[in-house]
Amino acid sequence: MELRGKAWKYGDDVDTDVIIPARYLNTSDPGELASHCMEDIDRAFASKVSRGDFIVAGKNFGCGSSREHAPIAIKASGASAVIARSFARIFYRNSFNMGLPIFEAPGAVDEIDPGDLLAVDMERGVLRNETKGKEYRVAPVPPFMQELLSAGGLLHYIAKRKKGV
Amino acid sequence: MRMTLTEKILARHAGKERVEPGELILAKVDLALGNDVTAPIAIRAFRSMGAREVFHRERIALVADHFAPNKDIKSAEQIRIMREFAREAGIANYFEVGRMGIEHVLLPDEGLVVPGDLVIGADSHTCTYGALCAFSTGVGSTDLAAAMFSGEVWLKVPESLRIVLTGKPGKWVEGKDVILHIIGEIGVDGALYRAMEYAGDGISHLSMAWRFTIANMAIEAGAKNGIFPFDAATRDYAEGRGKRGYEVVTADKGARYAEELSVNLSRLEPVVAFPHLPGNARPLSRVGNVPIDQVVVGSCTNGRIEDLRSAAEVVRGRKVHDGVRMLIFPATQEVYLQAMREGLMETFVTAGAAFSTPTCGPCLGGHMGILAAGERAVATTNRNFVGRMGHPESEVYLANPAVAAASAVLGRIGGPDELP
Ligand code: SF4
Repeated sequence: MELRGKAWKYGDDVDTDVIIPARYLNTSDPGELASHCMEDIDRAFASKVSRGDFIVAGKNFGCGSSREHAPIAIKASGASAVIARSFARIFYRNSFNMGLPIFEAPGAVDEIDPGDLLAVDMERGVLRNETKGKEYRVAPVPPFMQELLSAGGLLHYIAKRKKGV
Repeated sequence: MRMTLTEKILARHAGKERVEPGELILAKVDLALGNDVTAPIAIRAFRSMGAREVFHRERIALVADHFAPNKDIKSAEQIRIMREFAREAGIANYFEVGRMGIEHVLLPDEGLVVPGDLVIGADSHTCTYGALCAFSTGVGSTDLAAAMFSGEVWLKVPESLRIVLTGKPGKWVEGKDVILHIIGEIGVDGALYRAMEYAGDGISHLSMAWRFTIANMAIEAGAKNGIFPFDAATRDYAEGRGKRGYEVVTADKGARYAEELSVNLSRLEPVVAFPHLPGNARPLSRVGNVPIDQVVVGSCTNGRIEDLRSAAEVVRGRKVHDGVRMLIFPATQEVYLQAMREGLMETFVTAGAAFSTPTCGPCLGGHMGILAAGERAVATTNRNFVGRMGHPESEVYLANPAVAAASAVLGRIGGPDELP
């Protein structure tokens, strides 16, 4: 599976309160969560993001609370994946569980500018910056995680498997 | 390839010859845990999958401990969701008031976790069971829902940080001081994503209770899990208690560790973590004059019988300072009974302390001991974040049970040797 879109760039330690502020946690409707995604650091994101775009960030992305609303909001915003230097542990889990691909690419992040056109080949583990004409290796998403992502998250994956589909 | 303790346990549960750090695996869980805060969300997710039956009725534990005995109507409703689900699904290990305890003390004590196990829990301090040479880690509610259904969890194999303990701890130095010292050294993200694997002959001086305390706070260093090797003390604890047979796992000689750290236990003195991070550790001799309003002895970190004995020894024949409220929370019904049998309860009550039924209560600022603005507490718990025990302007200082008890008598933070 290949993901393609442009980069929305942020810094280090983007926490779950920034990804989806606590004041919106009284809903779990993905569309509504998406409409507030990242609004405390970037008002433009939710309205301007296009399907397939990437969030690109520094270290420790998703730190803070264990709220599963954060990856839900990003996924529902239309963004295809998050690329960061590193992720906070529970955000990492929750992302795959909610069906949002994430990639650790410490080498690539610095050389990506906002708006660069990116493509990720998940099987081969290659990130291409098409604007800059550069390629980077990211850890390929293992077959199991690909199944999990294509099923739309952990619960769908398991429900499907249990039914023997 | 030679494997660390964590790698070996993960490989076995994934049905693989070997695993490597960074690898993603799908592993079988021996036990999945939820509590009154996280289980209701997991139960909703479980039902939304169209699931009816759990993977195994004996391999799920649901514990009402955070807001039990029911703190208010909302918590009563949450616990009811869990109770009804447990009844419907026929879950054998559902624990409630009168038969319960704080999950991370209760489950190993009941023999529900045994050496070599892989345990996940929708609670960050699930890492406690590493003391038993088991792999255990905290996950989200969706993970719990999935595990209750399938009996499996996906995990990323962590790198391991090897911590070599040498020497023998001196008087008043306990397990709590070892872990507070380590977190003070490496910082609250010093072991991010990693397994903290203990080694060295210093371990022989650590009781199981102390090992539980040390493994419990692995998460406070950002770690995925903390794990101790299996030895005679582990065997003594596991024998006769375990509800299942267990497997002894050992780390291979020449296994690869991302980093190594050594701690000479004989050089440690009691450690106090200042607000608002467990990593703000200071040796007791450098604490200075810090007057306090409350002392809490209990929690999944230090609510075991050994902890109560340690605190009771200090307050025996003394009185809690006029300006201090001292609260004792035995972690389980069993600890409560034992404290009664040994006369510890009487020691505490005579000294002017309150003795409570088991609950997480004040540890998370839930109920039964909330701090007002500007108040300070010394607690044997594991987190001293802003507002953790009440008002955002209150303060929590983390310490071992003996230091907490001495502070209760002194009215300020201090050690047992300062008592008249
Ligand atoms: S005692 Fe405190 S840290 Fe332990 S499980 Fe309860 S709330 Fe969490």
